[in-house]
Amino acid sequence: MSEQEWPLYEVFIRSRGGLSHRHAGSLHAADDQMALNNARDTYTRRSEGVSLWVVRSDRIVASDPAETSAFFSPAEDKIYRHPTFYDIPDGVENL
Amino acid sequence: MTPEQALRAYVLRLGDNALILGQRMLELVAAYPELEEELANANFALDYIGQARMFYSYACECEGAGRSEDDLAFFRPEHEFRNLLLVEQPNGHFGDTIVRQVLFDVYYLSLLEALMRCSDARLAEIAARAEKEVRYHLRHAAQWLVRLGDGTDESHQKAQQSLDDLWRYTGEMFEVDALDEAMMTSFDGPDLNAIGVEWQKKLSGIVAEATLTLPQEKSMARGGKQGIHSEHFGYLLAELQILPRTYPGATW
Repeated sequence: MSEQEWPLYEVFIRSRGGLSHRHAGSLHAADDQMALNNARDTYTRRSEGVSLWVVRSDRIVASDPAETSAFFSPAEDKIYRHPTFYDIPDGVENL
Repeated sequence: MTPEQALRAYVLRLGDNALILGQRMLELVAAYPELEEELANANFALDYIGQARMFYSYACECEGAGRSEDDLAFFRPEHEFRNLLLVEQPNGHFGDTIVRQVLFDVYYLSLLEALMRCSDARLAEIAARAEKEVRYHLRHAAQWLVRLGDGTDESHQKAQQSLDDLWRYTGEMFEVDALDEAMMTSFDGPDLNAIGVEWQKKLSGIVAEATLTLPQEKSMARGGKQGIHSEHFGYLLAELQILPRTYPGATW
């Protein structure tokens, strides 16, 4: 018998219509359909959702924690990217 | 037998099928090698126990003799249980468990769908609740059968063996007895002949997808519906009933 572990999947749940799917956790499954079943049986037992997404964890392309400074820090001092940076001239309506 | 008596006995029999299958599945709690399948099995088992409770409490109301669902589950002897032989068969290996589930659920789903259209409102309501659960159980079990049948040589061979072994317990499902007839004439109940045709068709599809072969064996075991059970049944019932019989009235 094979002792190989089933691949890991990430589970996303939409709790009700109109909201976006949110990451709920992960699970092991041998294939996509099994992952969907397992997500239903593991994460929606108490009516947590109306829609499920599952995706193999190794298919997710993630940012590297070691690259955090290059990825995210440059945004910190670019205050002009925020609308609050701009003065609104008097007399501008409907903004 | 009045139509009311027939209805009560019929509902009781539905409860017996659900209870005994649920009990069999509960024997597997904490035995699954994967956490997710463990949860699925326990969920499904409790779905059947929940269905048994709905059927039993309705049967008690029809009877009007003050018996409770617990009395029906825990204080009836073996021959008063009228569940199918199929649902009392031991869990065996995983292939046996899955094949038992597919064989029963294909039948049970069609039966519940027919009961949703019967003229007894309460029974139709219970059937509608159970139908949603069973539709999912079947999806789960059928996918597993395809994985096993269309998997490795070993899993294919084992799944085929399970199908061959359990086949002889399927004939009883479609055997029309006095209760089935009474349900059909008085309450617009399920037509087991039509359900048998549907069962053969749906099952053939699943079995073909699983690259397995439908057994051709015609000789069938019978007796469950008459209360004559296989030798495994006494052990199952003993485990199910020992606690309330040893400590009557025990509560949590």
